[in-house]
Amino acid sequence: MTIATTEQTLPSSQELGAMFWRFVLYAGLVLLGFFFIVPLAIVLLTSLRGQEEILKNGVLALPSEVSLRAWWVAFNESCVGTDCRGMAPYFWNSVKLVIPATVISTALGAITGYALTKYKFRGSEFFFAATIFGIFLPAQLFLLPTAQLLGLLSATNIWGLVLIHNLYGLAFTTLFFRNFYVQIPDEIISAARIDGAGFFAVFWRIIVPLSPPIIVVTVIWQFTHIWNEFLYGATFTTGTDLPITAALYAVTGPKGGIRDYGVEAAAVVIAALPTLAVYIVAGKYFVRGLTSGSLKG
Amino acid sequence: MNNTAVKSSQPKIDSALQEKLALFVSLTPAFIITLIGTFIFLFWTIFMSFTDSTLFPGTDLIGLENYFKIWRFPRWQVATGNLFIFAPLYIVVCGGLGVAMAIMIDQNVKNESIFRAIYLYPMAVSFVVAGTVWRWILNPSTGVENLMHGLGFESFVFDWIARKDRAIYTVIIAQSWQHAGFVMALVLAGLRTVNRDIINAAMVDGASMATIYRRIILPSIAPIFVAVFFILSQWALKAFDIILALTEGGPGYATDVPSIFVRDMMFNRGQIGMATVAAVYMLLLLFVLMAIYYGYQLIFRKRVAQ
Repeated sequence: MTIATTEQTLPSSQELGAMFWRFVLYAGLVLLGFFFIVPLAIVLLTSLRGQEEILKNGVLALPSEVSLRAWWVAFNESCVGTDCRGMAPYFWNSVKLVIPATVISTALGAITGYALTKYKFRGSEFFFAATIFGIFLPAQLFLLPTAQLLGLLSATNIWGLVLIHNLYGLAFTTLFFRNFYVQIPDEIISAARIDGAGFFAVFWRIIVPLSPPIIVVTVIWQFTHIWNEFLYGATFTTGTDLPITAALYAVTGPKGGIRDYGVEAAAVVIAALPTLAVYIVAGKYFVRGLTSGSLKG
Repeated sequence: MNNTAVKSSQPKIDSALQEKLALFVSLTPAFIITLIGTFIFLFWTIFMSFTDSTLFPGTDLIGLENYFKIWRFPRWQVATGNLFIFAPLYIVVCGGLGVAMAIMIDQNVKNESIFRAIYLYPMAVSFVVAGTVWRWILNPSTGVENLMHGLGFESFVFDWIARKDRAIYTVIIAQSWQHAGFVMALVLAGLRTVNRDIINAAMVDGASMATIYRRIILPSIAPIFVAVFFILSQWALKAFDIILALTEGGPGYATDVPSIFVRDMMFNRGQIGMATVAAVYMLLLLFVLMAIYYGYQLIFRKRVAQ
């Protein structure tokens, strides 16, 4: 009898210990999850509340009734400086900026990465090293000459920013494509060349069809970085040319005028939404770009 | 037969030239962009740091004068001091949190992809967004302090963001929040490459999980820790948007850092000489970090090769 019970309790106390540690583990994971999710939850909830209610109950509180008023005001009526057309024009500025800048820098990175891996010449390694040299350098080193260049071209607008993001995006896009293309066997290319395919024919018919995975990674990387970029946008554009991050700072920054927290929260969500959507839809590729972009560089 | 031979040999001379031309054309944009955007611009900024430029770029050389003069600016002293408080603490907090999260997730957790997605999403939002949200949370009149007062804890005080001696620590909270998930992703990827046979053998020998982590798993991914250290330290050096959105460098210039100093001196105060000197000091600091990183990689590779 006694032997039987000890035999039964011994393993079960071990199991209890294991269960206890599993419980602690999951409690820790969930607590950490709260730490990361709460700031986002706060802006989302605040953006759905009315102004009087926020003033009465404070910023950190649950909405007593849901309203989309703040979203409407933030998108269409909130003021950036004296311009009260809402975040909409700045949102579209960023769209107009991010599409050409992403497309051009990705295409340039693809062709450069291809040329540097499949048509090696004397100095191609040096060429590559020089191209990615700027990857770690702080943007502060380039502020003055960039300002002078944009002044010279009188391009202190969206097109100037497109140019800048090509200047400083190429290092990353070239790195991504180069690291992908070195894994493609050279035999495929030499076989195609024997068949008479030229430089661009090989690129279009063989390399590009193999590239979708790295194109997705690069496009997501460039899209996220250009959309979220602030320093160049806030420094080199003014007035109605601001991209969304700079406009958001103008609305909500420490010097921002109005203190309508609902509207500010909605503006924050509007600015964050495109990159968050990309993250939710294609998080796998985002992480891949993040890990390879930071480790190899 | 003859005809085709002529046809294919004729373009061959042309095609070699064509190939060279194609290569030349395809690399021209990258060449121009790199030459101007990286090297000429870098040279220009360094050159400006040796001139007496103020509001407009001038070319009167004054040697190293600016490099000494900048240290007499109290604001520059605060900015560099902040960097040396902020960077190590941020690396320890953010790195430690990330490693802890990776180890926790590595324990056969159910639905681990959900936890991973939640921990990493801050990397996808902009610094301005992160800074704005954290400013509300940390602001005494809107955030945690206000909430605690509302719950009846009238004497609760959490006003670091408004205090000159504490504001810099709020930057660490916000930036660690944004980057810890990234550290987790890197370390977790490393943990997944560790050979399971060695771990199982150690478990058979009766080693506890803590010992296995300390003695086997973590040492074998040491290169990842070094990479994390390098990446976080250069992010600390470049931290800009988040500080601006969180505190705007204030109160006063209590949370100023070199990256903010450069931009402010350059575009708001007409001190191009000072600004470019500060930028070059940032560059030098980065070179030190890179030297450490590549030096370590060299040593590590040698050790692995032996």
